[in-house]
Amino acid sequence: MLVVLGALPFFLYVAVFLLLPIGVLAVEAFRATDPVTFEETWSTASIQAITEGPYRRAYVGSLQLSAITAVLGAVLGLALAVAVLRARRGRLLRRLVLTASGVLANFGGIPLAFAFLATIGNAGVVTALLTDTLGLGLGGFTLFSMTGLALVYLYFLIPLMVLTIIPALEALRPQWREASDNLGATGWQYWRHVGGPVLAPPVIGATMLLFASAFAAYATAKALVGSSVPLVTLQIANALSGDVVVGSENRGKALALGMVVLVGLVMVFYAWVQRRTQRWLA
Amino acid sequence: MTALAEGVAGAGSVAPETPVRSGRRGSGAWRYAVLAVLGLYFLVPIAASVWFTIRERDGVSLGTYAEIPGAEGFAEAFTRSLAIAGLTVAIALLLMVPTVVLVNLRLPRLRTTVELLTLMPLVLPPIALVVGVRSVLAWAPDYFFGTPLAEAFFALQEPALPWILVFVYVILALPFVYRALDAGVRGADLRTLTEAARNLGASWPRVLVSVVLPALRTSVLNASFLTLALVLGEYTIAAILGFETFPTWIVRISGSQPQLSVAVSVLSLVVTWVLLLMISALDRRRGTKESS
Repeated sequence: MLVVLGALPFFLYVAVFLLLPIGVLAVEAFRATDPVTFEETWSTASIQAITEGPYRRAYVGSLQLSAITAVLGAVLGLALAVAVLRARRGRLLRRLVLTASGVLANFGGIPLAFAFLATIGNAGVVTALLTDTLGLGLGGFTLFSMTGLALVYLYFLIPLMVLTIIPALEALRPQWREASDNLGATGWQYWRHVGGPVLAPPVIGATMLLFASAFAAYATAKALVGSSVPLVTLQIANALSGDVVVGSENRGKALALGMVVLVGLVMVFYAWVQRRTQRWLA
Repeated sequence: MTALAEGVAGAGSVAPETPVRSGRRGSGAWRYAVLAVLGLYFLVPIAASVWFTIRERDGVSLGTYAEIPGAEGFAEAFTRSLAIAGLTVAIALLLMVPTVVLVNLRLPRLRTTVELLTLMPLVLPPIALVVGVRSVLAWAPDYFFGTPLAEAFFALQEPALPWILVFVYVILALPFVYRALDAGVRGADLRTLTEAARNLGASWPRVLVSVVLPALRTSVLNASFLTLALVLGEYTIAAILGFETFPTWIVRISGSQPQLSVAVSVLSLVVTWVLLLMISALDRRRGTKESS
């Protein structure tokens, strides 16, 4: 019995610093402050507000950006991971790519934004090279748009995919390929019946993680575009800093709750897919 | 959820290197194409940033990098971030080492729950978490004003050393710390070691200090470093709660000193990378020593 007490600090800590804030969010998103009397009441006004106008656009923008970058990042990251694992004498390359991925995937944020500003921002090195030296111009591309953000997001999403998927790729035993070759299977048949089914769950899982990561990204977007692009994270920050409008604080909470709910839905979907593929494998 | 976090713990995971068949079918030209294109994509921004920081009107100079230590606000923000990072590492380890060991050795029933809770911060948007934290902190002036609890809340938000950041960063670090420690515990065959120690009459605290910690050295190092890097790079929480840390300082000065902000960014990326490389090399060396 005493042993269970040993795990108590962990559960208490998580309850106070993780579950309590989220719980409070879920309750206070349904509170409203009267602009005249400052009295608090129950209301769905904030929830309703965030499903309309600029907030709706922000959700759609965030979802689109995250979905596109997650899929692109997953495909490119998978290709990079396979290429690195298969490279001859790849030990050094592997270690370099893995550690660099660790840095970019988890700790990039602000530094990445500034690296890209210095590269293809208005005064960027590559911008200058393309426009002044070569006279080509950027062909309408600007870093301060959805496309620009996608370009920067991929810079941390591809490494995240590499990190997440390499253990799964390493779990593909070479013997399976040899066995399938010996039985006369073609490369396509191997991937269709052996490699693909084994890799499908981790690849889907990793793509979900990429999606969540892109959806939650705030630092990069903030440092790059300020608030000129419709994204939920930017809208939340705006709502919180706008003390002038009464009730904007509650709208921030509602927006944040919306994000949690959406991520939750994605996770439920993920669990469902996972169960399906497991049944399929068994 | 577990598969989802596989390997997110970053470099130096203790998984043994399995011999991966090098390609033999076809020329494998696509591999070189992928490596070349993506290599370019990843190297150009870094190279361009370095060039951006060293070019001057009349040639090249490292002046911007020399300016960093003396830049206004840098020393203060950076030491604050380091202090927060140190405290976060300490609390995260104090909390998680006993928990991971217990869950692995004595309470396997709790494993799924603990795993799920530690992985939550991985998918939960930090900005949502911080909005919640802000709402809780707002209780102090709204409901508890004048009570000791309110005083405690205010003490948490001391701008010189914001403890609230430490506590929230521990949550953000949980996925990394848990994965690193869990891999270590599984790799070290801790069950046998602790049973031997217990049979020889060691108490549980004694086992923790003299057996578990030494056996988990690399995982602890790995977890600490990942946490350190996470804290030094975290922007969202600090910015929303309005504290100045190293990342928020970079953003603040970027308007007036673009070269400096890029220089600090590049430097922080490269330094983190080199440190991570060193730790992974250490890991590898220990690994081979033990297996031989």
